[in-house]
Amino acid sequence: MTTLLYTTCLGLFCMLAEVLNLRKLLVPALIIGLSAIFVVNMQQWGITTPASIGSVSVSHMIKMDNFAIAFSGLAIIISMLIFVLSANYYKDEQNHISDYLSIMVFVLCGALVMFSYNNMAMLFLGIEILSISLYIMAGSRRFDTRSNESGMKYFLMGAFASGFLLFGIALIYGASGTFELEGIAKYVAAGSVTPMFYLGVTLLLFAMLFKVSAVPFHFWSPDVYEGAPALITAFMSTLVKIAAFAALYRLFSHCLGGTIYYVEPLLIIVTGATIMVGNVTALSQINVKRILAYSGIAHAGYMLLGVLSSQTNAASSVLFYAAAYAIATIGLFALAIMTFKSNFSENVDAFNGLAKKNPVAAALISVFMLSLAGIPPFAGFLGKYYIFSEAIRNGYVTLTLFAVINSIIAVYYYLKVIIAMYSQPANDKPLIVHPSYMVVAIICAAATIGLTVAPDMFMQILK
Amino acid sequence: MTLLLLLLPLVAALAVLLSGNKMASRVALLFTVAEFGLTVYAYTIFKQQGPEAFVFFHDWISSPKISINLGVDGLSFVMIGLTNFLLPLIVLSGFNREYSNAKAYFSLILLMQFALIGVFMAYDGLLYYIFWELALLPIYFIALGWGGKNRVPVTLKFFIYTLAGSLLMLFGFIMLYYYNPNASFNITDLYNNPICSCNQGWLFWMFFLAFAIKIPIVPFHTWQADTYSEAPTQGTMLLSGIMLKMGTYSLIRWLLPILPAGVAEWGPLAITLSVIGIVYASIIAIMQSDLKKLFAYSSVAHVGLIAAGIFALNIEGLQGSVVQMIAHGVNVVGLFFCADIIINRTKTANISSLGGIRNVAPRFNTLFMIVVIASVALPLTNGFIGEFLLVYGVFKYNTWLAVFAGLTIILGAVYMLRMFQNTMLGNTNEQTQQFADLNWSETLVLGIIAFTIVVMGVYPKPIFELVQPSLDIILNKALAK
Repeated sequence: MTTLLYTTCLGLFCMLAEVLNLRKLLVPALIIGLSAIFVVNMQQWGITTPASIGSVSVSHMIKMDNFAIAFSGLAIIISMLIFVLSANYYKDEQNHISDYLSIMVFVLCGALVMFSYNNMAMLFLGIEILSISLYIMAGSRRFDTRSNESGMKYFLMGAFASGFLLFGIALIYGASGTFELEGIAKYVAAGSVTPMFYLGVTLLLFAMLFKVSAVPFHFWSPDVYEGAPALITAFMSTLVKIAAFAALYRLFSHCLGGTIYYVEPLLIIVTGATIMVGNVTALSQINVKRILAYSGIAHAGYMLLGVLSSQTNAASSVLFYAAAYAIATIGLFALAIMTFKSNFSENVDAFNGLAKKNPVAAALISVFMLSLAGIPPFAGFLGKYYIFSEAIRNGYVTLTLFAVINSIIAVYYYLKVIIAMYSQPANDKPLIVHPSYMVVAIICAAATIGLTVAPDMFMQILK
Repeated sequence: MTLLLLLLPLVAALAVLLSGNKMASRVALLFTVAEFGLTVYAYTIFKQQGPEAFVFFHDWISSPKISINLGVDGLSFVMIGLTNFLLPLIVLSGFNREYSNAKAYFSLILLMQFALIGVFMAYDGLLYYIFWELALLPIYFIALGWGGKNRVPVTLKFFIYTLAGSLLMLFGFIMLYYYNPNASFNITDLYNNPICSCNQGWLFWMFFLAFAIKIPIVPFHTWQADTYSEAPTQGTMLLSGIMLKMGTYSLIRWLLPILPAGVAEWGPLAITLSVIGIVYASIIAIMQSDLKKLFAYSSVAHVGLIAAGIFALNIEGLQGSVVQMIAHGVNVVGLFFCADIIINRTKTANISSLGGIRNVAPRFNTLFMIVVIASVALPLTNGFIGEFLLVYGVFKYNTWLAVFAGLTIILGAVYMLRMFQNTMLGNTNEQTQQFADLNWSETLVLGIIAFTIVVMGVYPKPIFELVQPSLDIILNKALAK
C-alpha cells in the first residue's frame, strides 16, 4: 500500500516540477525517489498485517502479498531504467518533459494496482489508470500522424476491451454477489456455479487477453508499437505487458483457479495461436519495432503457458521469464533508439554494418537478441526452460512441443538483425551512443548474463 | 584441476580480446599450448588416480534441479585430449594470415574451445545442453564475420538447422527429468532409471535428430558442405575436427545408455541411414571438383561409418568409433589445412585447374601425401585401425551392411587419390608455377599432424586402455533392455 502511495506522490511531484521550474532536476529526483520506493517496497516482504491507511483497513481492496511485492519491485526497476533513458530522449522537449514523466509514473501506479488488487473493482481501476495514461503517451507526438494514429487506435480498441472487462466483472458480481477475490474463490469452491458466472469469466478473460495482446486480440499491438515514440514502445512492451500478465496470473492463482478446467481448452488454443501467429508474422517484417511487437506477441504466448500452469505455483517462473524478457527488451531499445535516430529509419537496414561502426553496441545487441531467442547462456534460455518445465509438469506436453518448434522459427527474425550488423556494409552515418544509453544497455546485458549465473536467488523469491 | 581445464580457455578468450589485434594470434597460441600442457599433466593424474580425481560438483539451480556436475572418464578424456591437441594447431594455422579484427577472431576460437570442453565434461544433462548450445554461438559468428561471399544464407541455414535439433533435445531432456523418480538431470540417475519402453521410441527421435544433424547423418546433412566451404579455414577445422565429434560422442554418452529400448527399436533404421550416407556421400565426393567440398563430403562418409559402428552395439564398433573420431579429427584438420594452403596460394579451389604442385613444393607434397593416405585408411596410419574396427563391428551386426560400409574405404581411395593426382602430380600450369613451399608455421602444423598419424597408427594402445572401462559400462547399459 505504501508503495502505491509514494509512487502516486512522486507522480504529483513531477507535475509540480513544471510549476516550480525544477525540470533539470526532475530525472535525478525520479531515480532517487524510485530507489527509495524500491527499498520501501522490499521492506514489506513477508509482513502479513493487512494493508491500511491510518486506521482504515484497505485489505479487501489491495493486498501486498509477496507476489505483488516481487512484481512491484521488478516494475520499479524497469521504470527506473526507462527514466534514465528519458532524460536524453526528451532533451529537445523540455516544455513537456514533466508532463510526460508524470504520466509515465502514473502508468507505474496503474501497474502497481494490477499487481496487488484484491478486488475486481481495483483490477478495473488499475487497468484504467494504466491504459488511459498510455493512450496519452502513445499519441504524445502531436505533429506525427503515425503517433496520432497509434494513440487513437489504442484508445478505441482499449475502450472496447474495457467494456468487456466491466461486463465480465458485473456478471461475476451478479452470480457471486461479491467483488472480492476471496469471496469469488469461495463461491467457485462451493460448487454451484451458474452459467452467468462462466459467461462473466469468459468476458473477463477476453479483456485480459486483449491487454496482453494474445491472438486473436493482438491486432492493435504492432500498429501501436510502430507509431508510438520508441521510448514509449519500450515502456509498453515491458512494464505494461508484465503488468497485464501479473494481473491475469493473479486472477487465476488467487481467484478463478477453480474454473481452470472450464477455460483450459480456450486458453490452450489461444496460447498455441499466439505463439505461432506472433512468430510467423514477425518473419516477414522489416520494421524493427514491428518485429519486436510480433516477438512480444510470441513471448506473450510463452507466458500464457505459465498462466496455464498457475495451479502449481509457476509464479516464480513467470516472474523470471518476465524479468529476462523485459531486461533484454529495454537494453535492445536503448541501443535501437540511438540507431534509429542516427539513420532516420526504423528498419532492419538501419543496423547495417553496426559491428564496424560500434562493435560494443553490436555485441550488446547480439546478447539481447540471443537472449530473446532463448539461446543459452543468456537469461532468456532459462526463462524458457522454467516455463517449459512447469508446463510439462502440468501435463501440457503437446502444447510445449508446439512451443519448442515455434522457438526455432523465432530464431530467424532475431538473427536478421545480427546478420545486418555483422555482414552488411556500413553506411557513412556514425553511431554515437549517449553515455546514459550505454550505461542502461550494459546494466541490462550484465543482468541478462547474471540471471543465468545465479538464477536461484531470483527463483526463491516466490517459492 | 577439472575447473582449471575447463576455465583456462575462457580466461584465454578474455585475454586475447584485451591483447590487441597484433598480438592476438600469439597470445592465443600461448594459451592453447598451456592448455595442452595442462592436459598432458592431467593425463598423468588420470593414470594414477582414475576418474575420481576429476569429479566436481556444485549446486546451481534448485528447481527444476540443475547442478554443475563435471567429471572426466576415459571417453571424456580422449575427447578433451583431441580438442586440446587440435586447438594449438588450429591457432597456429592462422599465423601469417590477415584477419580483420583478429582479436575477436581468436577470442571466438578460444570460446569455442571452452564450450567444447564443457560438452565433454558435463555430467548433468541440462549443463551438457547449455554447453552444446554455447558451442554453436562462436562458430556461427566466426563463419558470419569472416566467411566467404555466400556466407549469410549458408550460416543462417546452419544455425537454424542445428538449433532445431537442439531444441528438440531440450524438450527430450525435460521429459526425461519428469520420467525420472529422482527428479534430476544427473547422468547416473538418467543411466539407472529405465524409462518405460513405450516412451523411449519418440524420445529417441528427440535426441537422435539433434545428434544426426550435428554429425551429420544423411539426410540431415544438407547444411554441411556449404558451411564448410563458406566458413574460414579455422572455422571449418573446428567444425569438422571437433564439433562433429560432439554428435558422435553424444550418441555414445547420452543416447545409447539412457534409451536402450529406443535404440533397439530405431537403431536398425539409424545404422541403415548411416550406411546409405556413406555410399551417397562417397559418390558425391567422387563428382566434386571443389577441393573443400570434396573434403566435406569425404567427412560425411567417414562420420557415417563412425555412426554405423556406434549403432552396431558391440564393443568393436564402439572402440572403432572412438579411435576413428580421434583419427578423423586429426586427419580432417590436416586435409582442410592443405586445402587452405592450396587455395591461399593459387586462389582457386577447383581441382581441375591445379596440378604439378609436387614439382615446386616437395615438402608440402610429402606431408600432404601422409595426410591423404591416412584418410584412405592405409595400414600403419591412424585411419586404418579405426576403420578396420568399425567395419568389423558392422560386420558382426550385419554382413550386407558391412559390405556397403566397407565401400567407404574403396571409394575413399578413388576420390582421394584422384584428387591428389590432379592437384599435386603432373605438370605445373600458370596457376601452380609460383607455388611457394611451406613456411615454418605451416611445416610445423602439418609435421605434427603427420607425426601423430604415424604414431597413432603404430601404437594406438593408450587410447584403447583409456576408453575401455567407460565403453564397457555404456555398452552394458545399452544392451540391458
